[in-house]
Order: sequence, then C-alpha cells, then structure tokens
Amino acid sequence: MWLDSANPQLNKNGELHHLLSLEGLPAGILRQILDTAESFVGVTQREVKKVPLLRGKAVFNLFFEPSTRTRTTFEIAAKRLSADVINLAINVSSQSKGETVLDTVANLSAMQADMFIVRHAASGAPYLIAKHVAPDIHVVNAGDGRHAHPTQGLLDMYTIRHYKGDFTKLRVAIVGDILHSRVARSQIHALSTLGCPEIRVIGPKTLLPAHVNRLGVQVHGDMRQGLKDVDVVMMLRLQNERMNGALLPSAQEFYKYYGLTEDKLALAKPDAIVLHPGPMNRGVEIDSSVADGRQSVILPQVTFGIAIRMAVMSILAGN
Amino acid sequence: MKIHIKSGRLIDPRHGVDAQRDVYIAAGKIVAIGEAPAGFSANRVIDAAGRVVCPGLVDLAVRLREPGYEYLATLETEMRAAIAGGVTSLACPPDTDPPLDEPGLVEMLKFSARNLNQAHLYPVGALTAGLKGKNLTEMAELRDAGCVAFSQAEAPFADTQVLMNALQYAATFGIPVWLRAQDPALARHGVAHEGEVATRLGLPAIPVMAETVALSTILLIARETGARIHIARISSAEAVAMVRDAKARGLPVTCDIGVHHLHLSEMDIGYFDPNCNLTPPLRSQRDRDALRGGLADGSIDALCSDHTPVDEDAKQLPFSEAEPGATGVELLLPLTLKWAAEEKRPLAAAIERITVKPAAILGIDAGHLGVGASADVCIFDPGCDWRIEPSALFSLGKNTPFSGYEMRGRVTHTLVSGNLVYEKKSN
Amino acid sequence: MPGNPLPDAESLLASLTDRMRSAVGPATGLVGIHTGGVWLAERLHAALGLKLPLGTLDVSFYRDDFSRKGLRRNVKSSDIPFDVDGCDVVIVDDVLHTGRTIRAALNELFDYGRPGRIRLAALVDRGGRELPIAADFTGAEIEASAGETIELTRDAAGRLALQLTRN
Repeated sequence: MWLDSANPQLNKNGELHHLLSLEGLPAGILRQILDTAESFVGVTQREVKKVPLLRGKAVFNLFFEPSTRTRTTFEIAAKRLSADVINLAINVSSQSKGETVLDTVANLSAMQADMFIVRHAASGAPYLIAKHVAPDIHVVNAGDGRHAHPTQGLLDMYTIRHYKGDFTKLRVAIVGDILHSRVARSQIHALSTLGCPEIRVIGPKTLLPAHVNRLGVQVHGDMRQGLKDVDVVMMLRLQNERMNGALLPSAQEFYKYYGLTEDKLALAKPDAIVLHPGPMNRGVEIDSSVADGRQSVILPQVTFGIAIRMAVMSILAGN
Repeated sequence: MKIHIKSGRLIDPRHGVDAQRDVYIAAGKIVAIGEAPAGFSANRVIDAAGRVVCPGLVDLAVRLREPGYEYLATLETEMRAAIAGGVTSLACPPDTDPPLDEPGLVEMLKFSARNLNQAHLYPVGALTAGLKGKNLTEMAELRDAGCVAFSQAEAPFADTQVLMNALQYAATFGIPVWLRAQDPALARHGVAHEGEVATRLGLPAIPVMAETVALSTILLIARETGARIHIARISSAEAVAMVRDAKARGLPVTCDIGVHHLHLSEMDIGYFDPNCNLTPPLRSQRDRDALRGGLADGSIDALCSDHTPVDEDAKQLPFSEAEPGATGVELLLPLTLKWAAEEKRPLAAAIERITVKPAAILGIDAGHLGVGASADVCIFDPGCDWRIEPSALFSLGKNTPFSGYEMRGRVTHTLVSGNLVYEKKSN
Repeated sequence: MPGNPLPDAESLLASLTDRMRSAVGPATGLVGIHTGGVWLAERLHAALGLKLPLGTLDVSFYRDDFSRKGLRRNVKSSDIPFDVDGCDVVIVDDVLHTGRTIRAALNELFDYGRPGRIRLAALVDRGGRELPIAADFTGAEIEASAGETIELTRDAAGRLALQLTRN
C-alpha cells in the first residue's frame, strides 16, 4: 500500500523525518521548529554566522522549478549549518529525455546525499521522492505545485509569534490567489494547528478553491469586510500569468478590489502587521506605501526565513 | 472435446438459475444442463464441487494496447490476464496508436485475437478519424469489419456539432455509440475530483459539472437523433440520477461504471497515490455510494474493469503527471463479489452486471449458459481468500490501487467456446 | 532520596566564589553554559560584582554527539552581550565530566571573536575526562562512576542542589 505510515513525514518515534507539509504535524513539532529557529536568529547576528552542526553533510538543492530566491535562502541556511550545498537546477530537457524524477533522485542518492531540498511544479512530487529515497535521507519540500510550502508557512508563523505572541487570540486574513497558492495552504494548516481561532480568506471566487471553507476558514469576497479588525494581514503573490485572462479581467481591477492599500489596511486593528512571501508585485496586490510602511514586517520575514530553514534542517538531520 | 462440469453451483442470471447443476459441453456449445445427454462421454470432467459455475464475464472496456503501445502491454499478455480473470468476451476501446478508425486495423486486430484463441474480442471503432473529434469515420464499413460500437474513448469532440452529426449518422445505420460524459473545457488540466481532497492537496480539479453538463448535452442530442447510446463510466451521484431519470422517461440509454469507482473515493488518493489517478476521477464518498446504489437498482446496467495497463515509468510520477488508469481485468470478478458481499446482494444479481447485462449492451449472444449457447464459462471458488500482489498479475500493467487488498473469490477455470483456456494452478 | 550522598551545592558555590574572587577583575567576562552553568554564573556574577554583563551559551549547535543523538528539544539562545575580542573570559559550568561540553563551548565562543584568555570554573569536577581539559576553579572534586549522572537543580526559591541518579 502507498506510504503505509499514518503520516509519511514522521518516523516511528513520531519525530520529524521529512518536512513535506504542515498539515497533520502536531503543534509540538511546529513549536519545536519555531523555538529552535529562535536560537538560530542569535547565530545570524554574530561575528561568525555559522555553526558546525551539519559539518560533512551534503544538502542537495533539487529545483525542478526555478526559484532563485527560495533556493538561495536554503543555501544560506545550509551553509550556516556548515553543510556542503550542491545546487541542481534540473532542466526540463533532461526530464523530457525520459529521465524521471526518480531516476534523478536515484543518481543523487548514489552521491551520498544526506538531504534533498525539493521544489517541483507538481503537487505531491516531494512525497514521491520521500517514498523512494534511502531511509537515512531527509526530504524538505521547498514548494510543490499548489500543495504546500511548509518552510514559508513556518517562517510566517515565526513572524506572527514574534510580533503577536499568542495565536489563540488572533484574527488572521489571507488575501489573494488562494486557489493556486501553496503558501496559503501551509499558512492555513499551521494557523489552525497553533490554535488561531479565526482565519479568513479573501479573494474573488475564481481564485478560491472549491470547499475551501472545509479547511476551517471564513470566506470573504469583499476585502473591506474581510479585513475588519484583523491582527494579521497575509498577502499572497499574484502570478503574472493570472493577471489578465479567464480568472481575472485585469491587474488594475484586482488592485482596486483586492490590493492592500492604506485605506483598506486602516480597517484592520491599528497594530495589525502585514506579511508577504515575496517577491511582491507593487501596485498589484500591495501598495508601496503599505509594503514599506510601519505595519509591514516583510523584511524581518526574510531574516526569520533563514533561521527557520536552519532549524528545520538541523532537526531533520538529527532525527 | 466433451467436458462435464460436475457438482458446481450454476448461476445463470439470464435463465434465473442458481442451483447445483452439472453442465455438459460438446463442440464448443452447452449441450445440456442438469442431466447428461444420452450417450455423452466426457473427455474431461471438471470437479466444480464448492465452486460457482457462471457465464464467462463480459468486460466492456479492456485496453490491450495493441496496436501502438506494445511496450505497455500486448494482446497476448492482456488476453491472458482476461481469461485468468474469467473474462471471455471483451470490448476494446479505439484509443490505440493508430486509433481504430480503419477497417484494416480492425480486421488485423480481430485476426490476431482469433489466432490466440482465447477471449472473444469486440473492437469498438473510433467515431472520428484519428479520434480527433472532427471528421466522422466510415462507421458502416468499420461495423462490417467487426466493430460492435463506436466511441471517442477519452478524446473530446471538436464541438457539439460533431457530436450531433456523429449521433445522426450512427442512428442512420442503427449503430450503437458509446460516450464518455466529460466536458473537456470544464475538466481541463484537472486530475482529481473537485472536492475537499483536491483542495487540500492542491491538485487541479475536475468538477462534477464537467460530467453533468456533458451528460445533459448527450441525452438531449440522443433524444433528438434517436441514436442508440451507451454512457461509459459515469462517476457522480448527479449523473446516476440523470441516467435514472432519462430511463424513466423512456430514453433507450444504458450506462456502465468502472469497478474501481465502486470501491474507491477521493479519500483513497491519500498522499498522492498515482495509482488513484483515474479517468474519470475518483469522486466523493457520497458519489461512490450513489454508484453502488445505482448498480443495485439497475440505473447502472453494467460494471467494467476499464482495464488500463500503465508501466512504472508513466505511473511513478507526481500525481498530476502520472498517466491515468488502472489495471483491472483480473480483478473485475473479485471486486464485483466484494461489492455484492458488502451490499448483501445475491450472487446472481452481481454476476448479472458483469455477464448478461454487458452482453446486451454489446449486442452479442453471450453472458448466459442456455443450451445451444457458446460454452464460455467461468468457474470460481467463492470462498478463496487471497491478497492482491501486483507482481503476480498476468497483465503487464501492475498499476492497481488495490495492491495488498484482501479479496474473496478467485477464478479457477475459464472456458472459451468449449476450450479450457485457463486453469488455476493449485498451490 | 534519603541522605543525599553529595555535598551541599550552596556551600560549594560559596567556596568557588572565594577561590575566584582574587582571580577576576573589572574586565572579566563571565559566560554560563545552559542550564546549570547559567544559574551558577548568575550567582557568581552578583557575588563577584562583575561589571561586564553576563553571557550565556547553549552549546547544542556545537555538540559532537549530534549525529548520534540529534538536536535536543528546548535549545536556548546563546547570548554574549560583551565584546569577546581580547576579553578575559571565564566559562562557568555545573559539572565537569568528559570535557566535551567545554570543547563545544570553546568552539562556540571563538565564533563570537578571539578572547584574550579563557578560564574554566566548575562547581563539581567528577573526573572521567575524555579530552585534555582542566578547570581553573572548582567547588569540589567528587568520585562518580560511569553509570551515574550528577545534575544541578534549582528550586522555586532559587536554592541550588546536586542530584545523583543511576541508570
């Protein structure tokens, strides 16, 4: 049968062996990652921004879908843990020549890899890889299709906890293209596991997946209504190819109704924070004055992102 | 060759038989049931005590992968799989390479199948040239070459006008048309049922509406043209209700479902099991329950395996990139029995759905064991417990979501035209 | 546990403080190792009246048993709030045993800068060294066998005590 264990991310002691999705991870593990990341934030502010934890380990960045930004943050994190980092941009051509994902993985495993950081355009690809790698290799999902982006979700949780403390009193809004967003799915799972009582998703119906309410969220088509009294606003990136066409008439109309502007943000609580996973489309999903404004925590997110990835890699490598 | 099948429980739904009866076979035909004809001396006696003797199964969709995809499977391997599953008549969809759109291809296929001397093969011809959905094929000629029906397999029509024309033309000759109800635009890029699981897993989704919109179009045009239509592989509760309603209004429509959809739902995708990437997609548990109900009340006429052998390279891929389909011709009987056991349906009612009913859809004299009928017989041990091991399947396709499942009931003998073509080795 | 066989931690701390008093000055930086070492360092820092703020180390990221034991839960942050370069540093730990923790602490400390001198203070030296490391100041030397663990505990009132467990 397919992936026998109840949760293929956990080993038989219930510890994290792969990080594939935040769905189904116990709150204890999420908190352990956030706590560990907190210790790593200190490391990144020192003279030598490096610890010897993963010395001699080989971390392979396996990017079947290009993303310089995410790859770089994983690379920095791995290097700060003293791991050897090998970057592989798997070009589509070797894939089309009949080499499958599993061929690629088998080849790399033979090079004594300890960890695969996987980015793939198809939902579930990291599960396929996790199922087929040797038992001592760890797989980290760095974003798969529309499914999950667990380290992004974790760094968002870290950011929220850093500024807001307790999740159990927060009202959080996630705004934009929920349908195609792996980030949104990871955020929703993590927020509910950590006890956030009110999660709202805001977007036009063409950008909301079917039955999204069953993930435990409130759905709002009207952004002004959706932002009322929230503590946290999490904006999503709108992919260029979605801006004009069948799902949305134009970027301008999207900005007018779903872009985060100062007047819309004023409906949230006065101390609400604004997050964005980057890269931002200024003037499409977010106004520059908000992105650079006093409520924006977008730059700290990036710093925390390194610490989160260090935490994930060091916890996995140790389990 | 004279064969005496002794002491078995004969189940022949067409003739309402479910009792211990001996079966006598000579010259490829059933010559007597119950009492031996005068002077009958068998060359072979098959002891069927404790076994069920029923008509050979009739499977409405078995992909043999010939011509064109012999690396996935061959006529020989898949025919072998069919008889190991008790299937003695099978229809193959036209989605080969090239598609079955020329009489020569059909004749060749029939010829090869006859030479193998195993299950009877009934090709389903392509409705449009190259299955491209634009130009009609020479349906009348193809029928004369041996096509029993016509379909687009999974390929879409270019537009509704082509569908209309195809049905009108087929109606002229009284040719049956088999159609899948799926709106190509609403299903575009989709790989899973639009429901909670697809939302959670981030899989591009196919809404139920893709099926119901297409189905209502088909039913409206069928009524208008008077074509004999059969709806292949419906998947949703709404579609079952629509077919039920159409039948109630007197429309001569039949429909089937794939046996996988009788047991599985979107939940079985679990963590992206590519073996659950099927066409149509596995839908919600509510839909699955409606299919089970529809099969029981006759709204759904027949069950088929929708046998689709896919090799590892095309299956061991991320879910949305994996080739859809599952191997199944060997599992049709046990999975049907499983349904009957779970739903507490009589064995005869279950066997009807995989013998006489699909035979009627095919328009062939098969699926029953009346005196004078071709001796196509399936003998199975209804109490045999076994476990599905993909590597042990005869089919070259090992792609089944039922890997590791415990089954009850296994074919022990298969006869085609009075020849014992399969006998399970006793372990 | 009836009749604690171990000496009273509070009196050991008092004698450790006495031994260190003449050896430290205004430029001395105290660094406690989590968790017991930090408790001691806090007390020493106050008792010795040191001027530089107290530093703390959690050596989890530098341990040599990571590949066997993995990362501990509840890793604390390391924090050295003074300039390590050229500084006279005293590392404080509760129990000196194999010396591996001190090795990790030395390595971590060097990632903050190049200290002028490093010395080591331990409340208890229980022997069993596996590395060439020795304490400059100790409260007491105690014989303990390999199967025994000596741990420093702190109660709600802040009182320190030593505890012995056998596996």
